[in-house]
Amino acid sequence: MKQSLFTVTQNEHLTESVMKMRLQGDTSAITAPGQFINITIDGLFLRRPISVFDRDEEAVTIIYKIVGKGTEKMSEMPAGTVLDVLTGLGNGYDMTVAGEKPLLIGGGVGVPPMYMLAKELKKMGKDVSVILGFNTQSEIFCEQDFKDLGCNVTVTTADGSYGVKGFVTAGMDIDYTYFYTCGPEPMLKSVYAKAVTGGQFSFEERMGCGFGACMGCSCKTVTGYKRICKDGPVLRKEEILWEK
Amino acid sequence: MGKMSVNLCGIELDNPVIPASGTFGFGYEFADIYDINCLGTFSFKGTTKDPRFGNPTPRIAECTAGMINAVGLQNPGVEKVISTELPKLAKCFDKKVMANVSGFSVEDYAYTCEKLDKIDQVGWLEVNVSCPNVHGGGMSFGTSPEAAAEVTRAVKAVTTKPVILKLSPNVTDIVAIAKACEEAGADGISLINTLLGMRIDLKTKKPVIANKMGGFSGPAIFPLAVRMVYQVANAVKVPVIGMGGVSTAEDVIEMMLAGATAVEVGAANLVNPYACKDIIDNLPKVMEKYRIDNLSDIIGGAN
Repeated sequence: MKQSLFTVTQNEHLTESVMKMRLQGDTSAITAPGQFINITIDGLFLRRPISVFDRDEEAVTIIYKIVGKGTEKMSEMPAGTVLDVLTGLGNGYDMTVAGEKPLLIGGGVGVPPMYMLAKELKKMGKDVSVILGFNTQSEIFCEQDFKDLGCNVTVTTADGSYGVKGFVTAGMDIDYTYFYTCGPEPMLKSVYAKAVTGGQFSFEERMGCGFGACMGCSCKTVTGYKRICKDGPVLRKEEILWEK
Repeated sequence: MGKMSVNLCGIELDNPVIPASGTFGFGYEFADIYDINCLGTFSFKGTTKDPRFGNPTPRIAECTAGMINAVGLQNPGVEKVISTELPKLAKCFDKKVMANVSGFSVEDYAYTCEKLDKIDQVGWLEVNVSCPNVHGGGMSFGTSPEAAAEVTRAVKAVTTKPVILKLSPNVTDIVAIAKACEEAGADGISLINTLLGMRIDLKTKKPVIANKMGGFSGPAIFPLAVRMVYQVANAVKVPVIGMGGVSTAEDVIEMMLAGATAVEVGAANLVNPYACKDIIDNLPKVMEKYRIDNLSDIIGGAN
């Protein structure tokens, strides 16, 4: 974990409610895809945890959906805004078990963490397939980014307005060695039920601190109690308990 | 003795700053980012006789200048705290730590305190009779002078370490409860725990927190905490630890002027992991600004 100041250099709409923000600063604490950052927003008490879309030596890029007060304020931040950010939070995805043909499944705002993961897996020479699930055509973002990485991309829409009609599971009848997923919990459950290999799931929870101190985001797993922010957000398929 | 040192129930603290229980785990998340030996001490995660998962999630709700939590005393139980957590803590913290204890019966409190009494690392027992987030326990002991006194007597009977009773603000007369604890043998009083609060989500039209209600903390409660610390410190002779919304060196000094010998910092740690270190680093500058030579001189100075 590292606390440092970042400067907004880009903040633009990808769809009506989804935005992409580039934050320039020290990205050295971000060590794995699937990690998140936690942003202080002026006037709000708690930080806002957002998953990492991509990072390079100079900047981290996030993609976020405007859903409440915090993300509304973020959406209005002009370039030049300076933010206090905690970076390098969470365990991230373990890429050593991907096999040769990993499958990445992202739904809605679960899509962004899949990008850095796909990029790293491509660097390792993997044959990466990606399923991106959205409700409808107007909500689709980042399809081209994954294509530019050289991934095999399937887009599903719930209403059939673009790509394959249905949920992400409609695209899962392909050959893969391992899978990684992030998205709303009902989607994660369907992926869990349909998957034929081992895999890793990224979870969301309301957080207090984001770095393991408050126990605000704990969940039960096969291997004991885990804090989504510190021991997660990524859990392996075999340790998940779905009970609430 | 340094300019910032204070004496808390017979043990000298290098400074009065103490991360509050439940906001600092068992220390090592913070030891990863700074040397936690700069702290006066810290109060570790509320520990019970048996392991507890706590409440369902969501457990956290944001508020104006604060937050509500309903964690529900998640902890691995006293045996595991002693066998696993405290040895790990010993590697990054050389000072005496404050053990925070909760229970669901008088016997529970005594059992857990007796176990912790044998641990040399533990300097003080902070007995929490004020957790608002567990049903049938915790706060119910802190809302009546008789029950709080009974817990105090039971714990005092099993330990020679200083016993500090942590009180709830969710009562009509906190002074009566503090006095009952003092008469029952408490070596100190800490206050305030969180205020019972609630938020409702306008989209779902349901409570934000699964437990519906939870403990409200953060800068919003600071004036209320200062008032209660002032009232209690004036009514008891034992040392008082002040807490509730403290987030700056100025807040620490204000709490001490109200009567606090030491000051706990809670919610601030969760939004700024360096909060306590920043406060300690800033204290000398703020002391100089207000012409304070020794912090121990200002305790109760507002009287």
